[in-house]
Amino acid sequence: MADYIAEGKSPEVLFWIGCAGSFDDRAKKITKAFVKILNSINVDFAVLGQEESCSGDPAKRAGNEFLFQMQAISNIEVLNSYDIKTIVTTCPHCFNTLKNEYPSLGGNYKVYHHTQFLKSLLQQGRLKIKGGSYKGKKITYHDPCYLGRANNEYEAPRDLINKLEAELIEMKRCKKNGLCCGAGGAQMFKDAEKGNKEINIERTEDIKETNTEIVATGCPFCNTMLSDGAKTIEDERKISVMDISELIANAQEL
Amino acid sequence: MSYLPNIAFLLILSLSLGYFISNIIKLKRNINLGVDLDIDLSVNRKKRWANMAKIALGQSKMVRRPIVGALHAIVYVGFIIINIELLEIVIDGLIGTHRIFSGMGVFYGFLIASFELLAVLVIFAVSVFWIRRNLIKVKRFFEDSMKGWPKLDADLILYFEIILMSLFLLMNATDVNFQNMDNGNIISGFIYPLFENYSAESLHVMERVFWWMHIIGILLFLNYLYFSKHLHILLAFPNTFYASLENKGKMNNLKSVTNEVNLMLNDNSATLEENSEENMNDIMKFGASDVSDLNWLQLLNAYSCTECGRCTNVCPANITGKKLSPRKIMMNTRDRLEEVSKNIDKNKGGFVDDGKKLIDDYISREELWACTSCNACVEECPISIDPLSIILDMRRYLVMEEASAPAELNNMMSNIENNGAPWPYNQMDRLNWKD
Repeated sequence: MADYIAEGKSPEVLFWIGCAGSFDDRAKKITKAFVKILNSINVDFAVLGQEESCSGDPAKRAGNEFLFQMQAISNIEVLNSYDIKTIVTTCPHCFNTLKNEYPSLGGNYKVYHHTQFLKSLLQQGRLKIKGGSYKGKKITYHDPCYLGRANNEYEAPRDLINKLEAELIEMKRCKKNGLCCGAGGAQMFKDAEKGNKEINIERTEDIKETNTEIVATGCPFCNTMLSDGAKTIEDERKISVMDISELIANAQEL
Repeated sequence: MSYLPNIAFLLILSLSLGYFISNIIKLKRNINLGVDLDIDLSVNRKKRWANMAKIALGQSKMVRRPIVGALHAIVYVGFIIINIELLEIVIDGLIGTHRIFSGMGVFYGFLIASFELLAVLVIFAVSVFWIRRNLIKVKRFFEDSMKGWPKLDADLILYFEIILMSLFLLMNATDVNFQNMDNGNIISGFIYPLFENYSAESLHVMERVFWWMHIIGILLFLNYLYFSKHLHILLAFPNTFYASLENKGKMNNLKSVTNEVNLMLNDNSATLEENSEENMNDIMKFGASDVSDLNWLQLLNAYSCTECGRCTNVCPANITGKKLSPRKIMMNTRDRLEEVSKNIDKNKGGFVDDGKKLIDDYISREELWACTSCNACVEECPISIDPLSIILDMRRYLVMEEASAPAELNNMMSNIENNGAPWPYNQMDRLNWKD
């Protein structure tokens, strides 16, 4: 972003990568896939790079409002100093926080989840999606809580999957009734309380029931939880957990 | 002498209405023990009325489960419609008439016929509910927190309803004049033959007994509401009206924290002075450890909960055997609030510290830390109760007042503090994904 300012330009959109997308090996692939798509159709985007910091979501959900607001206020200072208007992110947690919780602290931006952003590129005719290797394949979709119930976005990711000419098989618990992967509310960073099952296993069983080999999702944390779940209960049939941006990038052979 | 029943009626009616009103006043006082909540009613007023009409009156969320939804609708409609009859009963009771509206002819017959039909439907629906709770034992009605009073309460409501509806039908069936009118007795007309062998005199006595039992039963039921989960029939309305209209993912930003954070980040002396003055007047507490730290909407939520357990049924933590149950959070909040209420009554209007609080004494830390904040409970509640906001406020207390988060979360938080990410990676490496 600093380079843009040095050149006196402003980008079309800021890509907020998020901590998972920056540091987690699996999630970095999602970041790359999304960047490949943006580059392939010449979307003019910038990243904050070393100036990006945690949105504060896990701190807030853990109850640490101080830390959350410290993060939020310093992020807002950076974003406002670059006069950012539009943000896209591949993480529903960052998406929710930036969109809903930053405005009352002085951060007002148009915030998109990457599936919403890709859908709008599709509608503008800038992005073309063909099914490629996914044509006719059975794919199920796991709703991230912070995209679905938290922000009522159930359709954008499904529209994209349908564009891949794949057959979307819904799990019995989907959309408003979707089951959490187990990572939200800062659970990602701690062991679960005592129980008789892990939540991600419960969810992976829902995936198995659909008899699909691919589960698409739109959240790096869901991705981790479901990949772990798939590894734990894997038998003869492999389940691969893919972000929607990865599916699109693969299908376009990017 | 002939005025004795009228006087007795007036006395019973005023006593029960008086007691009911005094409990409603107490209810309002208790809800107002909660802290203030910024709800701007000048905007979105229409949307709030629409939500109330759709969710409370129209029961839009109940029909998600079509069979129980339909049965619930029968009981609900039955209760509202049959209460029109109450007007006649009260007038008759006060001025000593008998079926004062019966002069309305065919229309009266139509009304009574629909009441009788609904009464039978209500008895049917309530019987199914009883079977679900006592024979089929639907799972969500059976967790530890549902033992004892909650179970008895649920059954008592069903018995009350069956008895009231039966008394209504019996009262009509033993009313010889009404049966002879043959106007609207579509159900009681079939019960009447059972009483054929009794003399007119004893039928009259029976009719009077059923009539009195019916009205006294209704007044008892009215006064039972305050003590019961059945309070939802009233509170579902304000509850859906005041429920948040924001995206469910949005959690409120604590203004008190914003002040503190601004103080820390800017050493602008003007704001410093202004804020420290504010702080002097008001010693702040972050988060909630007891009911008086919650806001009034959360307390209204607690009184509105009818313990149906749909929230617990969809809670990912509960499904996988963890202790957390969103319903229990609501029940505990109400129980503690009632305890505080009794304390205030006993101590002539002031709360005397009883050494207890909502956290630990009612809700354990283990429950609070098991929540994934997935909003499934909020989405599921038929009357828009938000258990998640209570869980969050109690976590805030644990973290900001007690610094007692689980160790792993403390690690995560100190990582964010030190290097701007929940993991121990260097902020300078944020662009490494490119390689």
